[in-house]
Amino acid sequence: MSKADAVAAILWIGVTLYAVFAGADFGAGMWDLLAGHGERGERARALIDRSIAPVWEANHVWLIFVLVVLWTAFPQAFSAVMTTLYVPLSLAALGIVLRGSGFAFRHALPGPVRGPATRVFGISSLLTPFFMGTVVGAIASGKVPADGGGDPITSWTGVLPLVTGALFVVTCAYLAAVFLVRDAGAADDADLERYFVRRALVSAAVAGAAALGGVLALHADARFVYDGLTGDGLPLVILSGICGLAVLALLARGSARGIRPLAVGAVVAVVWGFFVANHPYMLPGSLKIEDAAGASASLTAVIVVFGIAGAVCLPSLGLLYALSQRRALE
Amino acid sequence: MPDFTPLIADAGSNLLAARYQMAFTLAFHIILACFGVAFPAVMLIAEYRGRKRGDEDALRLARRWSKAVAVLFAVGAVSGTVLSFEFGLLWPGMMDRFGDAFGIAFAIEGIFFFLEAIFIAIYIYGWERLPGWAHFWSGVPIAISGIGGALSVIAANSWMNTPAGFTLGSDGRVSDVHPLDVLFNTSTWHEFVHMWIAAYIVTGFLVASVYAVAMLRGRRDRYHRLGFLIPFTVAAIAAPIQIAVGDFAARDVFNDQPTKFAAMECVYQSGDNQTEHLGGICTDGEVKGSIPLPGVDSLLAGFSTGTVVKGLEGVPADEQPPTPTTIHLAFDAMVGLGFAMLGLAVWFAAAWRRGRDLPATPWFLRAAAVAGIAAVLALECGWMVTEIGRQPWIVSGYMRTADAVTPAQGLWWAFGLTLAVYVSLALITGVVLRGMARRWREHDAASDVEAPYSPPSAPASVGKAP
Repeated sequence: MSKADAVAAILWIGVTLYAVFAGADFGAGMWDLLAGHGERGERARALIDRSIAPVWEANHVWLIFVLVVLWTAFPQAFSAVMTTLYVPLSLAALGIVLRGSGFAFRHALPGPVRGPATRVFGISSLLTPFFMGTVVGAIASGKVPADGGGDPITSWTGVLPLVTGALFVVTCAYLAAVFLVRDAGAADDADLERYFVRRALVSAAVAGAAALGGVLALHADARFVYDGLTGDGLPLVILSGICGLAVLALLARGSARGIRPLAVGAVVAVVWGFFVANHPYMLPGSLKIEDAAGASASLTAVIVVFGIAGAVCLPSLGLLYALSQRRALE
Repeated sequence: MPDFTPLIADAGSNLLAARYQMAFTLAFHIILACFGVAFPAVMLIAEYRGRKRGDEDALRLARRWSKAVAVLFAVGAVSGTVLSFEFGLLWPGMMDRFGDAFGIAFAIEGIFFFLEAIFIAIYIYGWERLPGWAHFWSGVPIAISGIGGALSVIAANSWMNTPAGFTLGSDGRVSDVHPLDVLFNTSTWHEFVHMWIAAYIVTGFLVASVYAVAMLRGRRDRYHRLGFLIPFTVAAIAAPIQIAVGDFAARDVFNDQPTKFAAMECVYQSGDNQTEHLGGICTDGEVKGSIPLPGVDSLLAGFSTGTVVKGLEGVPADEQPPTPTTIHLAFDAMVGLGFAMLGLAVWFAAAWRRGRDLPATPWFLRAAAVAGIAAVLALECGWMVTEIGRQPWIVSGYMRTADAVTPAQGLWWAFGLTLAVYVSLALITGVVLRGMARRWREHDAASDVEAPYSPPSAPASVGKAP
């Protein structure tokens, strides 16, 4: 494995963490949007709040991490993506602004004016992953030329980018529902637990259908990635399927134990399946990882910084999670 | 580097739109960044005092300030995320060619930003869950990572002013990068220290101005007095230090960025015994309407009227900053405001020495109430000098801003939308902070107002099945 491959793997670790943690956050925002006004909807909203309040900012730091590693280690790929897909990327950035401020303000505003802030939070939770998905779909379908400047509209409005966007949305909803089943269980709220089990089952079925649609779209529009996923990446795709089915089986049996790691496993396996399928390309069909890599010392700097970040941030993050689970001091 | 030229229909227009958008979003973010760097320290000073002396008012201030820190950090985090998108969306030419040198500082900044996010949440959760001094110490990493984050971002900016630590390969790409030389280029230290102190001045005077207004409206209890004194003292200590640091920084600019210095001081003809112009318009090779101080510019730059200052006329026309008057006036405004704030600090110190109290006249509080705005203006003027003074370069001497800008269409629309979103964001942030303050006043004892990272204020009432 070359140094450029190692840094690409680091980049992909960031993508994976963003997909799982921010994905669950986005999904929670969507369930918040759909919770309605009833008494149970309000309770669901309160549970969602308690689950994401301490971690929502830290989770989204992974996006900054991905952007920074991309431009430091693979400047040409960063520039190519940015000069082609600037429309969905701008819309995703807008979504991030509205989502973050909507969430912050609904906490800090007095009761009566929280409604609009909540809706802004919910809607942008849905739109942001959709546009992120179209970006990934556009890259997979080879619509980003190595030198950038691809078509700003047709590059991301094909079938594959749109299906990928939809897949991102339902996957976020699915992840969040599974996380919230566990949180409801931990809060001894059997009613809310059933509420989110139903939502997890429905979103799992929709996500499965979207994934199948995605495979068909890949077959039509992104043959290179399709061949990779059904070749070297096949074991990971199968692993993802098994994890997904196991979650369904457990939920149907009414057992919540183990569903969280399994659901995360399903997402992680498919994200890495994509990485394997893409290899050795950064932008499928147009730019290889080796050719996209920047100066050697900068790659080393990224590896060193990643090591330090892991050593410093993970224990801190652990402390935060532990503290948010702990009861208040009397 | 990809050749964008055939794609650019209206490059001049794109350049202007992109520069406006970058300037506007940075000008917005920099204020929040100041709070991110300095507000945690001010809050910790209050908590330290509260714990050390059993001072309930100070503890209450620390607790409430931590909620304001959280709101400001949340907004700053999104406006910062937008900036990282903008590097690619607006300036792909620079990122494509220099991303691997320029980017290193941001990789390090990422760690500090992450730590800051984590420990702000820990600190806010900790009010209920961590005992006494453990809670204080859980806040210290916030203040430290704010400083580290500022150093990293400033390292990236100073690299654009005085690029170092790389060689350009035959393909025009960066090769042979030396990360430490990139990070610690000749401008890093003066820019960082100047900005670091500025963050304390902006935060100190802005927070104090809120309490100055409250005191002018008659809320002169101990709580408000303390809420004024803690941040004001921080800023008052920082103000004289900043004058010395600024003097040092200007001399560094004189040595390392002579063209920027010429524009700041409106010097056209190179030579010794240069006149220092206060104010005035720089046009057609001369300064109109200024207050001239003969020889003083040379004296300030090199401690002797014999010091030779390079003038703009020695610089090729297409390498001169396009608007020297803006740069010159922004510089003068920053320095003038800096001295005005120094005067306020001296006034305060003199009164405190005499009677351990604020100056008795209401004019002092009135001046303190506008000092926050003055500090923000000085901050923005300083950044205008740094950024406009570097033009027409984005990477000094290596890449023009016009060659870095995106060929994308619809930039003016994006700028309009950004303007609308940010103005709303600023207004709502103001409403939120005022709302917090009002609820604190109305429910004086129950100090709990929810903040973005906080546990719900009544945890027992939610999450239980009926």
